[in-house]
Amino acid sequence: MSTQASAERADLAVVIGLEVHVQLETDTKIFCGCSTTAKEDEAPNSRTCPVCLGLPGALPAVNEAAVEAAVRVGKALDAEIAPETRFHRKNYFYPDLPKNFQISQYDAPICRDGSIEVSVEGERREVVIRRAHLEEDPGSIVHAGGSIDTADYTLVDYNRAGTPLMEIVTEPDFRSPDETRAFLAKLEEVLEYLSIFDGGRDGSLRIDANVSLVPATEVADDGTIDKETLAAANRTEVKNISSHKGAEKALAYEVTRQRNAIKRGRAIDQETRHWDESRGITVSMRAKEEEKDYRYFDEADIPPLQVADWRERLSIPELPDARRERFREEYGLDNEAAAKLTSTKQVADFYEDVAGEFDPGLAATWVADVLLGELNYRDMGVADVADRLGEVVTLIRLVDKEEITRKNAEEQVLRSMLDEGVDPETVIEREGLGTADEDEVVVAVREAIDANPGAVADYHDGEDGALNYLVGQVMGATGGTADPGTVNERLRATLAEANEG
Amino acid sequence: MAPKLNVYVTEETVPGAGDGPLAGRSVGVKDNISTKGIRTTCGSRMLADYVPPYDATVVKRLTEAGATITGKTNMDEFGMGTTTETSAFGPTRNPVDPTRVPGGSSGGSAAAVAAGETDLALGSDTGGSVRCPAAFCGVVGIKPTYGLVSRYGLVAYANSLEQIGPLAPTVSEAAELLDVIAGPDERDATTRYDDREGHPAETATYADAADGDVDGLSIGVCTELVEGADDRVAERFEAAVDELVAQGAEAKEVSLPSVETAVQAYYVIATSEASSNLARFDGVRYGQSGGYDDNWNQAFADSRASFGPEVKRRILLGTFALSAGYQDRYYRKAQDARAWIRRDFDETFDEVDVVASPTMPVLPFELGESLSDPLTMYLADANTTPVNLANLPAVSVPAGRADGLPVGLQLVGPRFGEKTIIRAASAVDA
Repeated sequence: MSTQASAERADLAVVIGLEVHVQLETDTKIFCGCSTTAKEDEAPNSRTCPVCLGLPGALPAVNEAAVEAAVRVGKALDAEIAPETRFHRKNYFYPDLPKNFQISQYDAPICRDGSIEVSVEGERREVVIRRAHLEEDPGSIVHAGGSIDTADYTLVDYNRAGTPLMEIVTEPDFRSPDETRAFLAKLEEVLEYLSIFDGGRDGSLRIDANVSLVPATEVADDGTIDKETLAAANRTEVKNISSHKGAEKALAYEVTRQRNAIKRGRAIDQETRHWDESRGITVSMRAKEEEKDYRYFDEADIPPLQVADWRERLSIPELPDARRERFREEYGLDNEAAAKLTSTKQVADFYEDVAGEFDPGLAATWVADVLLGELNYRDMGVADVADRLGEVVTLIRLVDKEEITRKNAEEQVLRSMLDEGVDPETVIEREGLGTADEDEVVVAVREAIDANPGAVADYHDGEDGALNYLVGQVMGATGGTADPGTVNERLRATLAEANEG
Repeated sequence: MAPKLNVYVTEETVPGAGDGPLAGRSVGVKDNISTKGIRTTCGSRMLADYVPPYDATVVKRLTEAGATITGKTNMDEFGMGTTTETSAFGPTRNPVDPTRVPGGSSGGSAAAVAAGETDLALGSDTGGSVRCPAAFCGVVGIKPTYGLVSRYGLVAYANSLEQIGPLAPTVSEAAELLDVIAGPDERDATTRYDDREGHPAETATYADAADGDVDGLSIGVCTELVEGADDRVAERFEAAVDELVAQGAEAKEVSLPSVETAVQAYYVIATSEASSNLARFDGVRYGQSGGYDDNWNQAFADSRASFGPEVKRRILLGTFALSAGYQDRYYRKAQDARAWIRRDFDETFDEVDVVASPTMPVLPFELGESLSDPLTMYLADANTTPVNLANLPAVSVPAGRADGLPVGLQLVGPRFGEKTIIRAASAVDA
């Protein structure tokens, strides 16, 4: 930040709080047996039943897997978990809401008072999670032929209705948009480690952000701001954010918009704003006249669920921060490699498999640099090749046994495996990439010497480049299957013999 | 020719399967219990064309037990009424006296049984809707303990209060029907009773309890619920209690002061829940369409105009009672009263086996008499609503007639004490 910019901004501090909706990866919906996984080209409203369609007389039955997922989230966020889980009805009319009420948790969230530590520009900060509760996802709305304002008609698809959602609410602890990005990335990482979240699924993460600016003088030394100041500040709620990158962009825009308005002496309207990702701006949706009355009350169809001993019963895996630290210590990895290798649980698990069989350094190079590099180049992730990791291990084993050169393994075999979907043996066989045997090298060396008398003469005259040239010729003749070191040695020996003879 | 009783909204026969316990018996099903392929109107114009794609759990159990379903019986719209006059399909008449109402809201079911149009029937009881028409039509009706019978497929009016219950000419036949429909259902989480002890219906055989043996049974006569009754009703009630005492039971007066709050508490809680339960009727997926002009709030409003006046009144009341700023004054207070009533009953059952009262404090109304005065109609629920608020079982059994009109005796039991009330009631109709 330039000095001038800091001076201009010094008078106002940014206050952001987040409400994050996360779809939980359970097999079935939260209150019925319908699948949560969209089939390819599925018809609208085909993945539904009387319960998630809200047909008269249908009743919800809690999917305990969703509650278990919520308990695991609570553990991972170091939150208090209520000993008894209760549900409430949130009443409002909307076409995507089959019953015109949403089953949610009002004053009895399953988790409260958790926290996540994030680090932004090397500085560690704790973000307090006020509460996290379970609820059902509504259906989705399709505005035919345009936006909500211009559509001729609206269609409703209830396939999504009843997908388990967890709403995670933070304290207004963020002091900049990049902090929200760091937090959300961290949250995604943790949820992914718990195997309850698929970031690739459309709508798996939805974020609402409350944004306001307060006089910087109101921020205490420990970064806190008193409640009255927060209550007095007019804030906007920004909706329709669907990724951590989107959050940073949307909130950077919104902070600038508010800052400019204040600079021009205009008041910030208390309102809901919509993040328009394609235009990169927030637009006013509606004025927030007053708190909406959702007439919350107990959902009597779902008896309270006793979960007091679930915290102990349900285990969670080692979380990313701890695993990163262990990778550094146990495998002697540097920060960057440790971070790359713990970016998802699948990568970390795979690395540990490989490191168990081979040298941890070789394993780190192969997984962090080679495999992730090639995948990244193809816009793929480890999840896309989850069923082929055995083939990758086979390839590393061949390199380790020197049955194929590292260069060929990386540049030919792995790439063909990824591009063509073939196994490593097939590529090696087809391309003749098995390491050249001694005889082949001897013949190729002989031929290179015979065919290049000029280079041989230069070599004997002590020209440095001559040997490299001859090595290149041998490598070319063996199709790269020879080991360059061996070729080098063999050439020197043969040239020495010839000179003596 | 006698005027048409109008007991069915839809007459359609569904044959039973095999030779189960109800083989050869016919059963009428209240029109708020979902029947696959047969329209289920809830007595409402809103659902005049609604055909469920699934069977309620009790309907499956009926047909699996060999019963033949005779049709869908008439009812007050969405169960909201005490006379079956709020039905969009016209009132049902009382077979005992066709100028009078059959009671409600399961009036079609009770009248069908009383008139012999069907052997047995299912009703639903939210605040007395099985017991009231049983009393008015001179048949037996049982409101089971909350959680004994699955509600899956019962179109909800007030879901924390209601249960599906049997109506039959005799106590033992009502108990037989209860045996078939009772039991846990994974689709209704409120039927889960106790993880260790299981569900009471898994071991109980209610029909066997109808043995008429009341020797040593202690009956608590609830003073608050007798005081308010019509003299002719009170007289029949006392005669019935005397009859039980003559058979070896003991009777004593018990006082449950909390029940005086029951009607108010009931109408706050029931209407609050109804305002939410009936929100789904917006014409989007089923029900009367609100059209496609204007915005969707207008379409919702146009769709919901097809509710009748009593339903609209209760939705408005309930919406108000749950609103911010009023919830503490109405809904919360009603829940406090509910807890008090529950405690009162619990304490009383430390002293007595059953609590007795007239089922209805009045004789059956003339057709049209109570419609113009909802408060009178609501007050007639004084004796039945405490039972729903306390989630307890109760039976209404015929206790003779006054001025030629049936009077019902209500016996209330402790939680899952169906056997006790069935045994006691069977001594009355023996």
